[in-house]
Amino acid sequence: MVDVAFQQGSVASVRSTSKRSGLRTALKRKSTVAFLMTLPLILLVSILVLYPALYSLHLATLNKAMSRFVGLGNFEFLFKRETFWLVVRQSCIFAISAVIFKALIGFIVAHFVHNVPAKGQRKWRGMLLVPWVIPPAMSTLAWLWLFDPSYSAFNYTLSFFGIGPIPWTGDAYWARFSVILVNVWYGAPFFMIMYLAALKSVPEQLYEAAAIDGANWWQRIWYVTLPMMRNIIAITTLFSLIVTFANFDIVRILTSGGPLDHTHIFATWAFRVGIEGNDIPLGASVSLFMVPILAIAAIFILRDVSKRGNEA
Amino acid sequence: MTTMAIDKGAPTRKVKHGSMSRDRAWALRWSYFFLTLFAIFSLVPPIYMLITSLKSSAEISAATNPWWVFHPTLSNYVELLTSNQFLTFFRNSALVSIFVVTITMLISVPAAFALARMRFWGSATLATGVFLTYLIPDSLLFIPLFKMFAVIGDWTGIQLINKWYVLLFIYPTLTVPFCTWIMIGYFASIPKELDEAAIIDGASWFQTLTRIFIPVALPGLIAATIFAFTVSWAQFLYPLVFTTSTDQLVLPVGIITTLIKGDVFNWGQIMTGALLGAAPPLIIYAFLMDYYIAGLTAGATKG
Repeated sequence: MVDVAFQQGSVASVRSTSKRSGLRTALKRKSTVAFLMTLPLILLVSILVLYPALYSLHLATLNKAMSRFVGLGNFEFLFKRETFWLVVRQSCIFAISAVIFKALIGFIVAHFVHNVPAKGQRKWRGMLLVPWVIPPAMSTLAWLWLFDPSYSAFNYTLSFFGIGPIPWTGDAYWARFSVILVNVWYGAPFFMIMYLAALKSVPEQLYEAAAIDGANWWQRIWYVTLPMMRNIIAITTLFSLIVTFANFDIVRILTSGGPLDHTHIFATWAFRVGIEGNDIPLGASVSLFMVPILAIAAIFILRDVSKRGNEA
Repeated sequence: MTTMAIDKGAPTRKVKHGSMSRDRAWALRWSYFFLTLFAIFSLVPPIYMLITSLKSSAEISAATNPWWVFHPTLSNYVELLTSNQFLTFFRNSALVSIFVVTITMLISVPAAFALARMRFWGSATLATGVFLTYLIPDSLLFIPLFKMFAVIGDWTGIQLINKWYVLLFIYPTLTVPFCTWIMIGYFASIPKELDEAAIIDGASWFQTLTRIFIPVALPGLIAATIFAFTVSWAQFLYPLVFTTSTDQLVLPVGIITTLIKGDVFNWGQIMTGALLGAAPPLIIYAFLMDYYIAGLTAGATKG
């Protein structure tokens, strides 16, 4: 039907009118087809993401046997427990310091990679991204072995410098440090790759203009690089904040929350309470505390994404 | 013009020029120095995995220099690759990943096509919604999902928990939103004239998708496939929650729950298992690095 209309007239004005006449039927068909094409996606998201998210709100209001409605009882119980506040504090320390270090290291390394001649960049980038490629559960095992109390390869090396033996996962403060270190190791390459892509998109002329105006390297970074990269920095940081805040694998394998709950974060504690401790409602309440931070980060990301969508 | 400029301030200019190229050379040297440091930091754990995997347990417990293999042996590899249990983990992981990649592509490619090209009521909201779903982490959903599947088991008698194929329902929640999102970006970048021409020639929407969009956006498709594969291969929390019997476990959980027995750590085997578990993503990365990186950056730079 449509192609008959097009064969009739090759002039532009005819084309527009014929398009309009066929529009109504086409739209009808098109929207049905489009709906069918997105239906599996809609079903998946609503049944396996949105419904469970709401279901956990419901679960959080039940008692341990899930037979009785207790309202905010689980939350009251949590607020009275010292471990809960420990977990809140540790989650914030963990997420914020890990993201800051990941962003800093990523930024610095991206600059170094950007500095070296183009043909060598591929090789460096390839090596530096390896931590991100290895499944975190597997690489954390290697870290656990590197941190082993009696055979630690780090302590072996450090002993030559007279430092030593460090209780990597045995002492509360060192355990927190180790967990953050592994997370930084795992996540920094992602920042590096994102920042490298952003650096490459900064037009060379801007640096030339800055150099002509006599800007030193610091001014070039502060007035040219950072403003040009602002969007990517914001999105990457917020995204990483979500992922780090919800992290499970690294803490679970490295310390499983110990020593004495001093490295538990929301995800690992929710697992301990909800699955291992068989108190599903309490576990659901614990994990719900991630929502506010996730929501705030998501709102900011969305604002940036839609802003860029409008620019394009 | 340039000569004039040099004539004007000959001494200072010349010195400045010389110092600048010297600065460049030093900056380059420092770059290489720090890059080497960071590369060492990045590669120590995987290299240490390899070193330990080549040691016998006698050598490990002898506490000799941990960074060197004095009596290399492949016994750890032989032992793992001939153990039925380990091969079962590998098979489960491979099956789950392959099925999840297929399911993901079947759901997200048509959806991305519809959202990118066929504007319909609510399509923009839906695209944003897909992106938001991607931001909902697994650690928020594992408890309600676990309870949901338990309830389904009670109601219908279909026991899905503790079967490896329950993961086929759950993993797509991690892969589909992101794959749809980056495919929307790739599809949106295809010039409109292309599909208009196809429609004019009488192609149906389905033909436009399979004959034009999929071939043209093939790099994006490969990137999305790699993403879906690596995510489902590496996922740890869901299999830990949903599967417990040893014949249903996938590789990451299997290694951690079976090779670590109580307080006895057989580190040679654990490292071998970890290395074998890390191998498929690493091999894919080694051969398809550009696609891998394209998929990684697409989420933020496209869209």
